Amino acid sequence: MSIIQVEGLKYKYPDTDQLALDDISFEVKQGEFIGLIGRNTAGKSTLCFALSGLVPHFFNGGYGGKVFVNGLEVRQHEVGDIAAHVGLVFENPFSQMTASKYTVFEEIAFGLENMGVERNEMITRMDESLDLLDITSIKDKHPFDLSGGQMQRVAIASVIAMKPKILILDEPTSQLDPQGSEEVFKVVENLTKEGITIIMAEHKIDKLAEYADKVALIDHGKLIDFDTPAKVFSRDDLPDYGITAPTATRIGKALGIKDSKTDLFPVTIKAISREIGDKL
Amino acid sequence: MNTIQVNNLHFSYTPGSSVLNGIDLELDQQTTAIVGQNGAGKSTFVKLLKGLLYPTKGEILFKGKNTRDYTAASLAKDIGLVFQNPNDQIFKNNVISEVMFGPLNIGQDDQEARHNAISALKKVQLDDKLDTNPYDLSLSERKMISIASILAMNTNIVIFDEPTMGQDFAGKEKLKEIIWDLRDQGKLIICILHDMDFAAEVFERTIVFNQGNVLADGPSREVFKQKNILQQAHLEQPSITQIANELGLDGNYLTDEELIQALKEKMTS
Ligand SMILES: Nc1ncnc2c1ncn2[C@@H]1O[C@H](COP(=O)(O)OP(=O)(O)OP(=O)(O)O)[C@@H](O)[C@H]1O
Ligand SMILES: Nc1ncnc2c1ncn2[C@@H]1O[C@H](COP(=O)(O)OP(=O)(O)O)[C@@H](O)[C@H]1O
Ligand SMILES: [Mg+2]
Ligand SMILES: [Mg+2]
Repeated sequence: MSIIQVEGLKYKYPDTDQLALDDISFEVKQGEFIGLIGRNTAGKSTLCFALSGLVPHFFNGGYGGKVFVNGLEVRQHEVGDIAAHVGLVFENPFSQMTASKYTVFEEIAFGLENMGVERNEMITRMDESLDLLDITSIKDKHPFDLSGGQMQRVAIASVIAMKPKILILDEPTSQLDPQGSEEVFKVVENLTKEGITIIMAEHKIDKLAEYADKVALIDHGKLIDFDTPAKVFSRDDLPDYGITAPTATRIGKALGIKDSKTDLFPVTIKAISREIGDKL
Repeated sequence: MNTIQVNNLHFSYTPGSSVLNGIDLELDQQTTAIVGQNGAGKSTFVKLLKGLLYPTKGEILFKGKNTRDYTAASLAKDIGLVFQNPNDQIFKNNVISEVMFGPLNIGQDDQEARHNAISALKKVQLDDKLDTNPYDLSLSERKMISIASILAMNTNIVIFDEPTMGQDFAGKEKLKEIIWDLRDQGKLIICILHDMDFAAEVFERTIVFNQGNVLADGPSREVFKQKNILQQAHLEQPSITQIANELGLDGNYLTDEELIQALKEKMTS
């Protein structure tokens, strides 16, 4: 059984004429890590909203088709019910902040308190997520007295602490330093081992190539491709969708070097280095 | 001369926790990237340059005069700063008034302000959205609006705080052109970045911040060679450099062309 099923999803924001999502269908199995790629305004954030119920419950507008998350049809359930299964990290971390808490610690505790998580369990989860995002040292700071990257880390930690079955992250590393970005990809990959399903919109193609199980390519609200990184990134028409191939793929193509394991162009730095290394 | 001299600059938001610990830098005509870990003090540093914050100790000299001795209004004519979060900068309810606000504020007349605003919006390809509410646009588009607002002021110094944030390939290409165009006009450009590939490709000079100090400073090519220093600052080498390293190539490589050329030669020899 798939944990996410999207069937012929269409959506249009109020007072606009263009479909932001146009007849999208795909299925995701539990524990998969799906990367969502596409140019700016392709519809990535809107798809994240549709999977978490903000579309159509918070953003109205025209809606067609069906979305199931963990067996619930999104349109038939309130956002609060869906939130028990799906966590969303917003594109702008500022939107994630409650604006009612005085410390980072309370900010992260807020969601857990709401869920009624028992005290000891709460402390364990708080410590764990502060540690995973490397923000223990700022836990007593006011959430609005943080640097941009620190706030983004807090936003991610507050959703991860809730351990949703389905975790949706909308460009979660946009303000993180390079090592912080790498860490987030590792943390998320580890969550899939606990059976958590990941949907992550990202522009960092090199990282998705390394970590994602599948990549969904979106353009003008349409799902163009949904396949392994190796297959999607070896498409010759990527530039038509505003995407540059991973560094490894660009070099592989220029030199005519394929990955002997997939018989497609390499997508990771490791793979391209191995293949070229064999030829030098 | 269009230079900023920073002498022994210290800053803290709250007494007892220091954010910048004695920075000495001269910023000049070279295009300059500032990189460093989250919380290193980069945004704080550029807010100090712009006179939005004042040093706790040390000084910043602009055209030889202490920034403390300028009024905010007079500095605004010379120094433009694009904020990291566009939502901190945008407060008008349509795009054209937003982008005209800065120019009007520094004394351009209505016609000049409109002209500059529209030409700046053309550069970010949002001149078809003049009457749209910025908050009905996506975050990446709002970032471009905030960039256009500063370009329209036509300041001698332009500082960008993470302009590539959330931008796709086309967006980054647009930014490259804007930065090179400003450079060709002789402006002083400073840009905070987490995108090492972009920093290495576009900027002549790179400064590495680490916990309120300058850890490295020099031509980008030299700075991105220093793997250990980058690691210490929670950074990475550009992806091309990483491949070259994996392959044990001598020399240093920053762009696709450089690496492809070298590998072609190696593989035929
Ligand atoms: N208004 C504030 N009040 C108190 N502390 C602050 C405030 N703004 C920032 N800080 C702290 O100052 C330090 C430097 O922040 P700054 O925003 O300059 O970092 P940065 O290098 O720009 O980081 P990032 O890459 O995450 O944007 C951080 O430890 C941050 O928590
Ligand atoms: N709140 C909104 N109201 C109206 N249109 C919107 C809104 N948010 C996004 N859009 C439009 O929907 C389309 C898809 O945007 P989005 O999902 O944000 O794309 P992406 O995340 O891929 O950049 C774009 O045309 C965008 O302008
Ligand atoms: Mg988006
Ligand atoms: Mg910053």
